[in-house]
Amino acid sequence: MTTETNSAYWQGVRDGAPFFLVVTPFAMLFGVVATEAGLNVAEALSFSVVVIAGAAQFTALQLMVDQAPLFVVLASALAVNLRMAMYSASLTPHLGRAPLWQRMLIAYFLVDQSYACSIMAFEKHRDWSVAQKVAYFFGVVTPICPMWYAMTLVGAWIGSAIPTEMGLDFAVPITFIALIAPMLRTGAHRAAALASVVLALGFGWLPYNLGLIVAGIGGMVVGAQVELVLRRTGKWVDP
Amino acid sequence: MIDRLELWIVIIGLGLGSFGLRFVFLGLIGDRPLPDWVLRHLRYTAVAVLPAIVAPLVVWPSATGGAFDPPRAAAAVVTLAVGYFTKNVLLAIGLGAATLIGGIALLG
Repeated sequence: MTTETNSAYWQGVRDGAPFFLVVTPFAMLFGVVATEAGLNVAEALSFSVVVIAGAAQFTALQLMVDQAPLFVVLASALAVNLRMAMYSASLTPHLGRAPLWQRMLIAYFLVDQSYACSIMAFEKHRDWSVAQKVAYFFGVVTPICPMWYAMTLVGAWIGSAIPTEMGLDFAVPITFIALIAPMLRTGAHRAAALASVVLALGFGWLPYNLGLIVAGIGGMVVGAQVELVLRRTGKWVDP
Repeated sequence: MIDRLELWIVIIGLGLGSFGLRFVFLGLIGDRPLPDWVLRHLRYTAVAVLPAIVAPLVVWPSATGGAFDPPRAAAAVVTLAVGYFTKNVLLAIGLGAATLIGGIALLG
């Protein structure tokens, strides 16, 4: 490592460090919920290592507990992760010229926090070389991703000791609502969420959890259309 | 009980699929920008999919066999309000969980 990449790496570590506080409880909660769903410690940990995406992991787990068919589980959890494609597109101008093996590692570690820190830092330090940007990215990841694995493990151990009567069935809904609420920044986001709720309840009678697919697609279309209207009338504010 | 084969298909399928979504532009497509209409729909995937998963769980909770349950409904409302107004995810979870536990203790 040169001095420049070294200092970019450590700046990344410093910027990523506060997210320790966010990732720790989420990972533990996933471990707890996974053991409540009947997964053993090794399975819960494998889930976090292989998938490394909290909301999608909770989604897949909840739907498997609900006995949803395999394709609905996969389609819904992947839909939750579609935003990763957006992150990938947005980082490509900065990191697209890094060696292939580095881009593969970056893709694996591309999560909400590493994206948010990186894109802000890259916009600010436009003079950084590709190597410095890569070093920064891995700096951010260092305090976050190992913690995701370790705390899943801790949660899975604790989970086997918690009695089920404590209302844990509702841990996933509460977590999801808490994640969604701050995302409702624009009228378009609020309209998408409202449409999604109405459609999910209205089509709840469909077999194979297909109501979820209807509501997901419907919510996206409503959000996009409301955004267009807001843009046309000059009321759109970038979130 | 979750079927073991299904669990591993989901873990591996979701792992490969998520990696694919993260790698698609960075690794394969290069600098070409996405069409606007695609980006516009991608922006709303999370707020379209997550509420659809949550809404039935709130209105018809599995723990009560699908009967409406005041403590769970109250916890959902508190979580939403705290998250929306404070933008603090952990505070929203904490107060939502406290409402649920308090509600179950009070109402049984």
